Amino acid sequence: MRGRLRLLALILILLVVLYPLIWMVGTSFKSPEEIASNIGLLPETFTPGNFSSGWQKFDVNFGRFFLNSAMVSGLTVLGNTISCLLAAYAFGRLRFRMRKFWFSIMIATLLLPGHVLIIPQYILFRNLGWVGGDWPYLPLLVPQFLATEAFFVFLMVQFMRGIPRELDEAAKIDGASPYSIFQHVILPLSRPALVTTAIFSFIWTWNDFFRQLVFLSELEDYTAPVALTLFIDSTSESSVGPMFAMSLLSLVPVFLFFVAFQRMLVEGINTSGLKG
Amino acid sequence: MTTVRTAQGRIDPAGPGPADQQGPGHRRGKRHSENLPGYLFLSPWLIGLLAITAVPMLLSLYLSFTDYDVLTPLSEANWVGWDNYRQMFTEDPTYWHAVQVTLTFALVAVPLKLAAALGVALLLNRAMRGIGVFRGLFYLPSLLGGSVALAIVWVSMFNRDGAFNSFLGLFGIEGAPWVNDPRWALETLMLLAIWQFGAPMVIFLAGLKQVPTELYEAASVDGAGRWRQFRNVTLPMLSPVIFFNLVLETINGFQGFTSAFVLSNGTGGPVDSTLMYTLNLYIKGFVELDMGYASAMAWVFLLAIGLITVVLFRTGRFWVHYSDAEEH
Repeated sequence: MRGRLRLLALILILLVVLYPLIWMVGTSFKSPEEIASNIGLLPETFTPGNFSSGWQKFDVNFGRFFLNSAMVSGLTVLGNTISCLLAAYAFGRLRFRMRKFWFSIMIATLLLPGHVLIIPQYILFRNLGWVGGDWPYLPLLVPQFLATEAFFVFLMVQFMRGIPRELDEAAKIDGASPYSIFQHVILPLSRPALVTTAIFSFIWTWNDFFRQLVFLSELEDYTAPVALTLFIDSTSESSVGPMFAMSLLSLVPVFLFFVAFQRMLVEGINTSGLKG
Repeated sequence: MTTVRTAQGRIDPAGPGPADQQGPGHRRGKRHSENLPGYLFLSPWLIGLLAITAVPMLLSLYLSFTDYDVLTPLSEANWVGWDNYRQMFTEDPTYWHAVQVTLTFALVAVPLKLAAALGVALLLNRAMRGIGVFRGLFYLPSLLGGSVALAIVWVSMFNRDGAFNSFLGLFGIEGAPWVNDPRWALETLMLLAIWQFGAPMVIFLAGLKQVPTELYEAASVDGAGRWRQFRNVTLPMLSPVIFFNLVLETINGFQGFTSAFVLSNGTGGPVDSTLMYTLNLYIKGFVELDMGYASAMAWVFLLAIGLITVVLFRTGRFWVHYSDAEEH
């Protein structure tokens, strides 16, 4: 009896939690008249037209915005995995002067609010001529190649702690240098941590708004989240459907990642309390 | 079991590493034999720390004492002393209003989010079948909720003719135009934050798995009912995880930006009711281009977050219980 009640409660909570998502999917297929009149979850007639009109709503079409987002997210993944892995190897496995000092600095930067850093970084990049420069993505990407996401450094250090020391000791006795230990022992064994880092840095960058809003100023350079805010300006009834359609599309990659890596994502937050 | 240790909220400030894991005196002579490779591997991070974090931060500290406006060259910024800070604290009611909005948001949304996370985690912990599916689906909002797309959906849902009012209409209740009503706009944003309870819930679940069942057995032998078991076994055993989630969510709670931006189209409205600190910072720095003032705001924010973290850690000593009685 108790178990049934518990299950019922869980299902009810789940319905409330999932309602906004289902409603979003339903609304993006409703015609403007239906959005005003039909309060049900699902449309009476499926109107895929929202997708094409949303896609072409602005002077630059959404394909470009999604491509921009994919490029920024893809390069961020590349930068984060490489640079954070290098730093994590140094912190986790090598002995060098002032290691503990640098490690505590790294932990301190974990707690630095990103919204605070953006002001000084903007001033720096602006004075370097990178903001609105030839390639406006430099300010978004360069920091990612310099291991500034301390979360991932920390995550990988934690992971490397779990790799048995005997493995590198054995390699060391065989005369292997720290470089070849990195290449032949640590790198292959760190794959799970690399995958977790890659997934989270993709999702975070794909969803990120503040940095992209600050650094991208030309319409053709916009990423999907920045472009979506253009819909808010035009509040006419007819734009609700297209706005929902494009919002839905922009969540599809994250959703696919969720489906493919659900277990890993959940384990991932357990590893270091990462946020979604 | 590194995962468990972190899930229990221990960040070892001394740092992990080879020296910690080997016996004392092990290879002492060669302790720093890896200086060169160490610094080589660390170099991207070190460059990032200096160039992307430290130097810009110090620069902005300097600029917070100037009237720098981005458009004129750095060298022409005029030194204004403490003016920015004085103005912020004594002559800018909008600033204090934003502080108040942010505090209200964090003080209400964070505890409710944690309560929801703990409640659902307790329900899930006892349920046997399908726990993985539930866990995954409850976690989904945490992945999607921070996006512009979801903020757009949320705001539409709480419009005058949005889904929420349609739902209330079924019971004959006429709802407010929630997102356009200064009395309710911030509450809808709090709800959006609470909706994303999945991430702390997953951490709670991991913590609940660590509570030894013998403790419950012993408690029930002593005649403790469910409530007493929860109060005297679950809560103390879970306190490190609660603390960890509290610190994380509080720091996050102060930084809400996207949803407030979407709801108000970047203005903090209606009537400044959603003017979160970070949104105010954005408006001052990137709309009004008053970078000197915005730098001062950023530094005060940084110090405030640091102070709050320290206070949390200090008070944590009184209620966080580490089972192995390790000094922390």
